[in-house]
Amino acid sequence: MEGLDTLRLTAREAKKLLVDGEISSAELTKAYLDQIAAVEDRVRAYILVTADNAAKYSTKVDREMQAMRGPLAGLPIAVKDNMVTEGVTTTCASRILNNYMPVYTATAVRQLWDDHVVMLGKTNLDEFAMGSSTENSSFQTTRNPWDLGTVPGGSSGGSAAAVAAGEALWGLGSDTGGSIRQPAALCGVVGMKPTYGLVSRYGLIAFASSLDQIGPLTRSVYDCALLLRHIMGKDPHDATSVTAPAPVDLPSAERLDGLRVGIPREYLAVGIEAGVRSRFDETVALVEELGGSCVEVSLPHTEYALPAYYIIAPAEASANLARFDGVRYGYRAADAGDLLTMYERTRGEGFGPEVKRRIMIGTYALSAGYYDAYYGRAQRVRTLVRRDFDEVFAEVDLVASPTSPTVAFPVGARTGDPLAMYMSDLCTIPVNLAGLPAISIPCGLSDGLPVGFQLIGPAFSENRVLGAAHALEAALGFDTAPPFRDAAAARVTGAAGHESAGPAR
Amino acid sequence: MIGEDDVRYVARLARLRLEQDEMRRMTAELAKILAHIDKMSELDTSAVPPTAHVLDLVDVTRADRVEPGLSREDALRNAPAVADDSFRIPRMG
Repeated sequence: MEGLDTLRLTAREAKKLLVDGEISSAELTKAYLDQIAAVEDRVRAYILVTADNAAKYSTKVDREMQAMRGPLAGLPIAVKDNMVTEGVTTTCASRILNNYMPVYTATAVRQLWDDHVVMLGKTNLDEFAMGSSTENSSFQTTRNPWDLGTVPGGSSGGSAAAVAAGEALWGLGSDTGGSIRQPAALCGVVGMKPTYGLVSRYGLIAFASSLDQIGPLTRSVYDCALLLRHIMGKDPHDATSVTAPAPVDLPSAERLDGLRVGIPREYLAVGIEAGVRSRFDETVALVEELGGSCVEVSLPHTEYALPAYYIIAPAEASANLARFDGVRYGYRAADAGDLLTMYERTRGEGFGPEVKRRIMIGTYALSAGYYDAYYGRAQRVRTLVRRDFDEVFAEVDLVASPTSPTVAFPVGARTGDPLAMYMSDLCTIPVNLAGLPAISIPCGLSDGLPVGFQLIGPAFSENRVLGAAHALEAALGFDTAPPFRDAAAARVTGAAGHESAGPAR
Repeated sequence: MIGEDDVRYVARLARLRLEQDEMRRMTAELAKILAHIDKMSELDTSAVPPTAHVLDLVDVTRADRVEPGLSREDALRNAPAVADDSFRIPRMG
């Protein structure tokens, strides 16, 4: 079908086109494969595009429409390459899992497959989801379609960029310290980390098990809720998954009457870019225009959340990544001699620099003599961070902040300084420590790059978060189509003189 | 302050071979990161209970029923080396 605008089409609209018979799943799928063919050499969002399988399966869905009818049947999706998919290679963007062919499928993906969703491919990420720019991928650097000289954020930068670039209708990501919300913010799409336990982690290659959650990256808040409804649920294969106290509703709110929103002063105290701050303040004003009320609140242990996270996440990672030892799957160093040398060389050659750093921090923090000072203390700080939220949610319904302190930064700008990269997640990390649901929605542009607005709710308040985000989204009217400008290249050729601060189009 | 000897010891614990230049860089980076992490010591946490996990889940069990698991063939499918239907590993040192 001609004229499908994959840069703007939502899943809700695509579903209606399918149901009304205006389009077939094969045509819809082809529109995304065509867009991938057109822009992927510039964006590089996918590690693997499963074009043939997608084309075949969408045709099958069309042919067997009666049997395959379902709320998501025939809608194409992109999946972050840290969720195992039977028969489709899964790499975690790591050399150590190069050519790994899973023999089972992650529950969240399995649920979508059972709903006859069409998988377009597996998207790029920071190796083992460790990073905030997708530059830690062992295979390729994904570019932000708003400005190809900048990063898409991370670690779910592949899924975020694919959705933003119209290379996917929607996508799945995972979020351990902001890995869905921060790339969503930087790419101008919607991203949500559900309450811990809402979505099964079975088949999500573990980074930090007490923090990881799978969630949606979409072009609208409605789509976000729609996708979440189909990936959530208690799973016997994940003992930490739970049944939600209430179903997730499809949001329809247009007003925020009576909603109390807290603005944590600590989140605004640290290095928020001026342009980000302006869009944030305007969106806060919009909350009040829609009938809500905003009050300043305090989350006093915020500055300790990042240090605690950078003990807890690496500690869990160092244990989780012990399984990659060259014995059962993945890369094995050749001719390594004895067993111990084989382990050490396999891991030394198979892991990239950031993964090694985190394994080292985690191992150090858990080692004899340091456990209490680091891991033990971090767990206690985690309790303080949780209590901060408990106290604030006694006063307000939701907490709002910028998702990321900055807009997308240039490729290479932070790779030399791990600590500077970690600062990208100041406003998102406390949410994972407390296990809360949070969403990022695009709230405007700063210097032509998207700014994300984060809404955080109490545990299992997905409907409140999604409802408020839906009302704000409608009032904001953000245009999700990126310009694919290449400011870096333009600077080189001296053609960037007319670059404006407004929407670059 | 973490030194190169500590880094060498921890790398051995983590079964991670680091080349000499990596070892030096890692020592400097870990020192900087740990200095930031040491901010936690400003807090008196002696009376605060630890959080290992945010959900109040205790003893999640299932019925003691045999269910199909991974077949031997599937379990070995991705192995770098296989012998006699088993994972083959180099000899112990």
